[in-house]
Amino acid sequence: MIAQLYTVLPEIAILVSACVVLIVDLFVPESKRHVSFWLTQVALLATIWIVVATAQLAPVHAFSGMVVDDMLSDVLRLFALVAVSLMLFYSRAYLMARGLFRGEMFVLTLFSLLGMMVMMAAANFITLYLGLELMSLSLYALVALQRDSSAPSEAAMKYFVLGALASGMLLYGISMIYGATGHLDLDRVADATLGVQGNRTLLVFGLVFVVSGIAFKLGVVPYHMWVPDVYHGAPTPVTLLIGTAPKLAAFAFTLRVLAGALKGLEFDWQGMLIVLAVLSMVLGNLVAIAQVNIKRMLAYSTIANMGFMLMGFLAADLNGYSAAMFYVVAYVLTSLASFGVMLLLSREGFEADQIDDFKGLNRRSPWWAFVMLIVMFSLAGVPPTLGFYAKFAVIEAAVNQGFVWLAVVAVLTSVVGAFYYLRVVKLMYFDDPVDTSPIVAPGDARALLSANGIALLVFGILPQYLMGLCTLAVTQSHF
Amino acid sequence: MSFLTAPTLAHYLVLGAVLFAISVAGIFLNRKNVLILLMAIELMLLAVNLNFVAFSAHLGDMAGQVFVFFILTVAAAESAIGLAILVTLFRNVGSINVDDLGKLKG
Repeated sequence: MIAQLYTVLPEIAILVSACVVLIVDLFVPESKRHVSFWLTQVALLATIWIVVATAQLAPVHAFSGMVVDDMLSDVLRLFALVAVSLMLFYSRAYLMARGLFRGEMFVLTLFSLLGMMVMMAAANFITLYLGLELMSLSLYALVALQRDSSAPSEAAMKYFVLGALASGMLLYGISMIYGATGHLDLDRVADATLGVQGNRTLLVFGLVFVVSGIAFKLGVVPYHMWVPDVYHGAPTPVTLLIGTAPKLAAFAFTLRVLAGALKGLEFDWQGMLIVLAVLSMVLGNLVAIAQVNIKRMLAYSTIANMGFMLMGFLAADLNGYSAAMFYVVAYVLTSLASFGVMLLLSREGFEADQIDDFKGLNRRSPWWAFVMLIVMFSLAGVPPTLGFYAKFAVIEAAVNQGFVWLAVVAVLTSVVGAFYYLRVVKLMYFDDPVDTSPIVAPGDARALLSANGIALLVFGILPQYLMGLCTLAVTQSHF
Repeated sequence: MSFLTAPTLAHYLVLGAVLFAISVAGIFLNRKNVLILLMAIELMLLAVNLNFVAFSAHLGDMAGQVFVFFILTVAAAESAIGLAILVTLFRNVGSINVDDLGKLKG
């Protein structure tokens, strides 16, 4: 029994620290709020250490097969923890300037992280669903954290209604799969779908609803309606959170359900994912061109990027899954830096959320202009950045499986996408600054953001380590 | 009049599907009140619960009924969050009309 607890030790650590922060924050005066902040950071760091220290190659099932601790969950948990930690560092000054630097922010962030980690380690539809809901409910509340403003409330309402609709569809699909196979355990469902047992019509019917639910959580067309409004309306730190770690959890969900439990229906979900991928890449990249708000532009860029990731996924082999995982990790690192620069440029009473706010950034600060340049190049897929290798690996995986026309669509839409990314670069380097106030930010945020920007270059030049980690995670978890 | 015999699995599934369809229609067709959206969401989860219980009884497997308890609990938490968001929305926008939720566009 005690040995079983080791498999969920990182989750226990996050749960305990969330409760501790919740209580400690009650007794901390307003002027010493940074105590809660540092407590959260220490908890994240300690959990990172636990994940690394307890990592092992062979998968371990625990709690009657409810959770599984394998390389996939370890690697994804690690990146999610790092992403949340960086997000809190980047947004500290922003939150302080707006009166949002409160215990609720840290506690809700930790609880949503707990939900993501449960999703990553789930081996049963019940745990998968509970993790998903814990993550989503905390995120709905985080979007509405700025209670005195109408845009966040509206965004939260839209996110909530559409998110609940997606959960409902997902559950309806799960109920059909349960009816057809008689199991909720992912491995047993996989056995049932690979064999001849089970009602195939019912299974495919359930699959359609499950894919719809997954598509919503990833934010791909035609389930993308919430993405631009939520990215735009939410406070920038919350947008940063929604745009990073939950994508890793959604990827784990997709991999465990489609590539794991529903492996026997591969042909059926491949067809559905092709439609989702093509629509997302086309619509995301075209609509992003028309945006003047950079958060909205990055929202459409997310839609396009998730479509691109699905292209690797639908290759449905080891290369495809590893490439898709690499793509998600690369996307999360890039997103962190892009919103990090946006948070760095904002100050009290000023949100750097218009594309024009980046005009002449090179004259105000050549270094941050350079970091933003790397980010935009990475999103556009220009070598030698991380984004280039990620796109390359995904296209290679798709072509190897014979989806040549899909690769052509991906490349053409990426060319369209390069237009709006490079427009930001043009504004930064060739236009005159509108706003000439100095850039102030805490030293730790500056150092970490610089490291994040450089990491995009370093991992772009030496992608084999990150790629090796992704391949290891996928192979050791038996996909 | 074969459908008037004792209820079978198919009866429950059809009822579940009808309830699910009503709730989805309620979310998309309703242009008046956000509260009705919250009701539609509850109805959707109950339709799913009905499916799970029906399958569980049909298969003689308890896991489906255990799942229903979890869904019921999560549904309670979900409506608490939904109503909380509704309160902040009403304070800031002064209305809970679905048509008034159009500030974010593009």
